[in-house]
Amino acid sequence: MNRKLLSIPYLFWSALFIVIPLCMVFYYGLTDKSGAFTMDNIMAIATPEHSKALWEAVKLSIISTIICLILAYPLAMLLSNMNARQDTFIVLIFVLPMWMNFLLRTIAWQSLLEKTGVINGILGFFNLPRLDIINTPGAIVLGMVYNFLPFMILPIYNVLVKIDRNVINAARDLGANSLQTFTKIMLPLSLPGIISGITMVFVPALTTFVISRILGGGKILLIGNIIEEEFTKTGNWNLGSGLSIVLMLFIILNMVITAVTDKDGEVNAL
Amino acid sequence: MKNLSAKKMLALALCGAMALTGLTGCGGSGESASDSGNKNQLYVYNWGEYIDPETIDLFEEETGITVIYDEYDTNETMYPKVAAGAYSYDVICPSDYMVQKMIDNDLLQELNWDNIPNAKANIGQQYYDSANEFDPGNKYCVPYCWGTVGILYNKTMVDDPVTSWSILWNEKYTDNILMQDSVRDAFMVALKMNGYSMNTMDTAEIEKAAADLTAQRPMVQAYVIDEVRDKMIAGEAALGVIYSGEAIYTQRENPDLEYVIPEEGSNVWIDGWVIPKNAQNVENAEKFINFMCRPEIALMNFDFITYSTPNDAARELIEDEAIKNSEIAFPDLTQYNNLETFHYLGEEGDEMYNEYWKQVRSQ
Repeated sequence: MNRKLLSIPYLFWSALFIVIPLCMVFYYGLTDKSGAFTMDNIMAIATPEHSKALWEAVKLSIISTIICLILAYPLAMLLSNMNARQDTFIVLIFVLPMWMNFLLRTIAWQSLLEKTGVINGILGFFNLPRLDIINTPGAIVLGMVYNFLPFMILPIYNVLVKIDRNVINAARDLGANSLQTFTKIMLPLSLPGIISGITMVFVPALTTFVISRILGGGKILLIGNIIEEEFTKTGNWNLGSGLSIVLMLFIILNMVITAVTDKDGEVNAL
Repeated sequence: MKNLSAKKMLALALCGAMALTGLTGCGGSGESASDSGNKNQLYVYNWGEYIDPETIDLFEEETGITVIYDEYDTNETMYPKVAAGAYSYDVICPSDYMVQKMIDNDLLQELNWDNIPNAKANIGQQYYDSANEFDPGNKYCVPYCWGTVGILYNKTMVDDPVTSWSILWNEKYTDNILMQDSVRDAFMVALKMNGYSMNTMDTAEIEKAAADLTAQRPMVQAYVIDEVRDKMIAGEAALGVIYSGEAIYTQRENPDLEYVIPEEGSNVWIDGWVIPKNAQNVENAEKFINFMCRPEIALMNFDFITYSTPNDAARELIEDEAIKNSEIAFPDLTQYNNLETFHYLGEEGDEMYNEYWKQVRSQ
């Protein structure tokens, strides 16, 4: 009985902010302006401008996820091998920028990358070639990686610290070299963390519209931008909701893959 | 083991920090307008950086009314919020065609001019005449600012004469052009360049403009709104489409900049105060509009935002003769051909323009 009581605040919260909004998205997505049932809003994903925006978003978020993984895994390994005092300091360095607002940090990247920005100022001073990535997909990937990297590091780190050192010692004892220990022991054992990290980076990257707006100069429309504009500018909530449902399918697909591969419930534990 | 738990604690703290920073990304000001109704409050919804904040303080001091102030960056962002009815603002400052759209959709209430005597006394009759075009009979809207749209260019970076919109299609300035990220303003440039009306509903003309905008896209550095100002001051781009009100400010900051109204004609616009139908504090709203129409307050706002004021009494108070007679701030509109005001084109027109605009940007 007591346990049930404890869950009431959360149930209330999720009903109010998850279930009801979801129902509204489905209602708007499956109706037209007069309220009649239609599939047009969902089929609208097939128009060239929408499918291009979706493809662009999928492409950039996959690239960002891969880069995050490549950067995060070695760092998580380093962190997990350190003693508590050392890694406190490193983690602090890592987390410090996150205490600032996400929007501010992205706008800061804009002023860093601009043609007359800080980075080009420094490069120009040393007569080095200029960096012209602002308003390109490259800048958006950079923004995604920068903002979402910690979401990749933490789940992997979390799994790695839990691996029993004796398992690794046993592997070495039985004659496995470093590479074999890594591929046969570390990697399989840390897989749940990797998958959880991929989800936590891929989903926000796929749906972002702020990063592409600020670092893409309004030239690159991701599916998130299209949906956002349908709500805030064009005022076509039905189309915006319909496209959101399509995007949800991608996210659910991602979660299904996670659930299938995540046998130990590591993701849920986080 | 002790080691491990310290790490766990850290991870936990990290997750907390992430959740906090991740979730607070978006959203406007903390105050929402949904709980209005208190007699001594006033919910104002205005363009970003479109008022001298000190005037609000003065108003609060004088009247004891607490002003809750929200901002938007385009008419298109403002409209759905107001139309959805979730927010009940008391005073809003839309542009001409948006005023017309709001009148058409029954979102505004008629003003009681007796309660805002300063509006009739200080604002020039010619501005009411222009406003008559979108607000027939001058029932709903008190002009607050007006101006034109033109090209702002950096004299050190552009060596061709800037007289026509077509310079924005000159490949020499690839990656040095800033366009407006707002559907009607962007189409105005292309339509005017082709000699069409910017209120056209002719599909062939809109298609031609869309094709031109598509061709221009690879040359454009960025589609932005308020950022044009800062980017031009910083020398980030050579040419930018900008509202005349920003021109004086940018020239003050960077003397290399010059503002031109292209010869093919342009947009002459008026932004004005309106009171929406669902306003909860109409009396306070009237006091606010009346206060903003005082010459010395209008002058403070002009000095701060540098957008042309329709307040003739305030213009008389400008001390700097160069500004008072500035061609940018107070152009003699009879000298320019084909200046037009945006009209609301109806739902159908909105949809058509939006559709083409989306196509332009996703090529």
